[in-house]
Amino acid sequence: MSDAIIGGQDRIAKRFAKLREEGRAGLVTFITAGDPDPEASFEILKALPEAGADVIELGMPFTDPMADGPAIQEASIRALAAGMHMRKTLSLVRGFRDQDHETPIILMGYYNPIYIYGVAVFLEDARNAGVDGLIVVDLPPEEDAELCVPTVEKGLSFIRLTTPTSDDKRLPKLVQNTSGFVYYVSVAGVTGAGSATNDQIVEAMARLRRHTDLPIAVGFGIKNATQAAEVARQADAAVVGSAIVSKIAESLDENGKATDKTASMVTGLVRELADGVRNARN
Amino acid sequence: MTSAPTALNSYRALPDPDGHFGNFGGRFVAETLMPLILELEQAYKDAKKDPAFQKELDYYLKHYVGRANPLYFAERLTEHLGGAKIYFKREDLNHTGAHKINNCIGQILLAKRMGKTRIIAETGAGQHGVATATVCARFGLPCTVYMGSKDIERQSPNVFRMRLLGAEVKPVKSGSCSLKDAMNEALRDWVTNVEDTFYIIGTAAGPHPYPELVRDFQCVIGNEAKEQILEQEGRLPDQIIAAVGGGSNAIGLFHPFLDDKDIEVVGVEAAGHGIHTGKHAASLSAGKPGVLHGNRTYLLMDDDGQIKEADSISAGLDYPGIGPEHSWLKDIGRARYEPIGDKEALEAFKLCSELEGIIPALECSHAIAQVMKEAPKMGKDKIILMCLSGRGDKDIFTVAEALGVEL
Ligand SMILES: Cc1ncc(COP(=O)(O)O)c(C=O)c1O
Repeated sequence: MSDAIIGGQDRIAKRFAKLREEGRAGLVTFITAGDPDPEASFEILKALPEAGADVIELGMPFTDPMADGPAIQEASIRALAAGMHMRKTLSLVRGFRDQDHETPIILMGYYNPIYIYGVAVFLEDARNAGVDGLIVVDLPPEEDAELCVPTVEKGLSFIRLTTPTSDDKRLPKLVQNTSGFVYYVSVAGVTGAGSATNDQIVEAMARLRRHTDLPIAVGFGIKNATQAAEVARQADAAVVGSAIVSKIAESLDENGKATDKTASMVTGLVRELADGVRNARN
Repeated sequence: MTSAPTALNSYRALPDPDGHFGNFGGRFVAETLMPLILELEQAYKDAKKDPAFQKELDYYLKHYVGRANPLYFAERLTEHLGGAKIYFKREDLNHTGAHKINNCIGQILLAKRMGKTRIIAETGAGQHGVATATVCARFGLPCTVYMGSKDIERQSPNVFRMRLLGAEVKPVKSGSCSLKDAMNEALRDWVTNVEDTFYIIGTAAGPHPYPELVRDFQCVIGNEAKEQILEQEGRLPDQIIAAVGGGSNAIGLFHPFLDDKDIEVVGVEAAGHGIHTGKHAASLSAGKPGVLHGNRTYLLMDDDGQIKEADSISAGLDYPGIGPEHSWLKDIGRARYEPIGDKEALEAFKLCSELEGIIPALECSHAIAQVMKEAPKMGKDKIILMCLSGRGDKDIFTVAEALGVEL
């Protein structure tokens, strides 16, 4: 077995252990696979770790992303229009893994494309490609046994979302069978909408810590280095999605095609965010 | 996943406590919404047990909606087709002109009971939007209706009606700009406004408990029809037929008859330009099981699990999915689902108008087209009971255009 297919849970655990050693929070960056097209997306993906991404969330494009705001919806539409599909998403990961053995990659998206691919085959292929974990937005614990259990058996992490509506009664259910880290969605809403206040985050972190020892990544509404730094003071990682994806959109030409600025505009933003996160606790 | 429908001695016992109809249904929603649908489920359970709730519902159904509506013997259509006797359940005679209001009254009473102060809805044809805007006006709650920009164009009279009723109609320009996208957008609103907002879903689909509660509120169709046919014919029908979009009028008619096992149950899907063209809305005939909008059910999609656009002359049937209970009824063989295309529906629309003096909605024109196929094959001693789910005034522009008439 090559290094690439060593259990995904390990890679995530190692990364958070390293962050702890360095005494800082991590930066989790989200892009949609195949946005704006498969080639440009691969260039962006490869450049993320160097720019300061500690963990990568890679969106699996879907026609009906009902929990996403306009920025990530459009990213899905761009990717699908450029011919993206699940097999290509997995080859994107494989290509990345050929050169980076350490940065965890979490696939994030909706259940239907996985269900149609077939859960068992999907997990096999995802693991072989070097995927480390899954976040599936429309699979709450009430429905996720059919994916969660086989994912964990495959040695991948099944990461659940916790939200402002997850109270003390519900949280034990959410952290069960989860691994890698816990994702806290800091506002009730779609991706890219409002941001939580610092007080709200402090309160939520305290609530979550009562229920889990796993690292906690906080996302939704983080748009710039200042906000990322603020979150990085409270959480184990800050997740940025819509702001990065909007940068991709901004870099495109009038026909919606990638330009020679696309990758560098994204890495530019990621560098700023990483600076914010890395210096947050100084 | 449980699936042993044949072991049940009733076809009316589902969903199970987790909202499953065999392999279908469930609660496939973002975590933020889970506490809300659990709260709704509890509130609905409590309301069902509360005689005061049922009494209030009955009051509005009678005095505001105008129920019971007639079960009408379509004598000239029967003569014309020369076979089974045809009865129409006249949902077109309800206030607002379709069955949609049965469900809206039920849900808004539930919303009030839960102390919610703002209503959202999705709409395709605009019938559900109009019904929702109507009950919001009646009960004094602000109302936002999401509607695909494509549907706003083809159903402009209903858009104006909603606005007259005080609702805000928000155009949805994402995805295919039609009903499924309106539903996505309503879910996005709900996930953002978790404290005060009640989402009135317009069909027997979505996450549990919606398929169950919408069905229950629509069962007034079948319950009345059963009583009426017994009164008029002294016996139950041989066949019941309804058009299925998401499936609410159909399940409302079917459910009370499901355990009368000799009755043949027929749902009619929109075949648009024809199933072979790929431009249709026949998710049961041509789709496969998948997960969308909170439930597992038959869907139109490609090999990658990406949802396809539906296509039908009838905006109310133009949806790439179907309520989960219909998926289950199909798989266990208790109901069969037949495709009817745009052209056949238009023929039926004209025939019903000319023979019965009833201009039917394009949605239930699909059911009439199926009756035109079934009745002649059956003896004159047989009875077909069909749900005439709405009136066709809203469709006259669409029909005129299809017939090449300029208004
Ligand atoms: C008159 C009428 N019939 C049928 C439908 C289809 O919906 P359902 O399948 O939920 O009854 C609609 C939807 O707009 C409608 O307006």
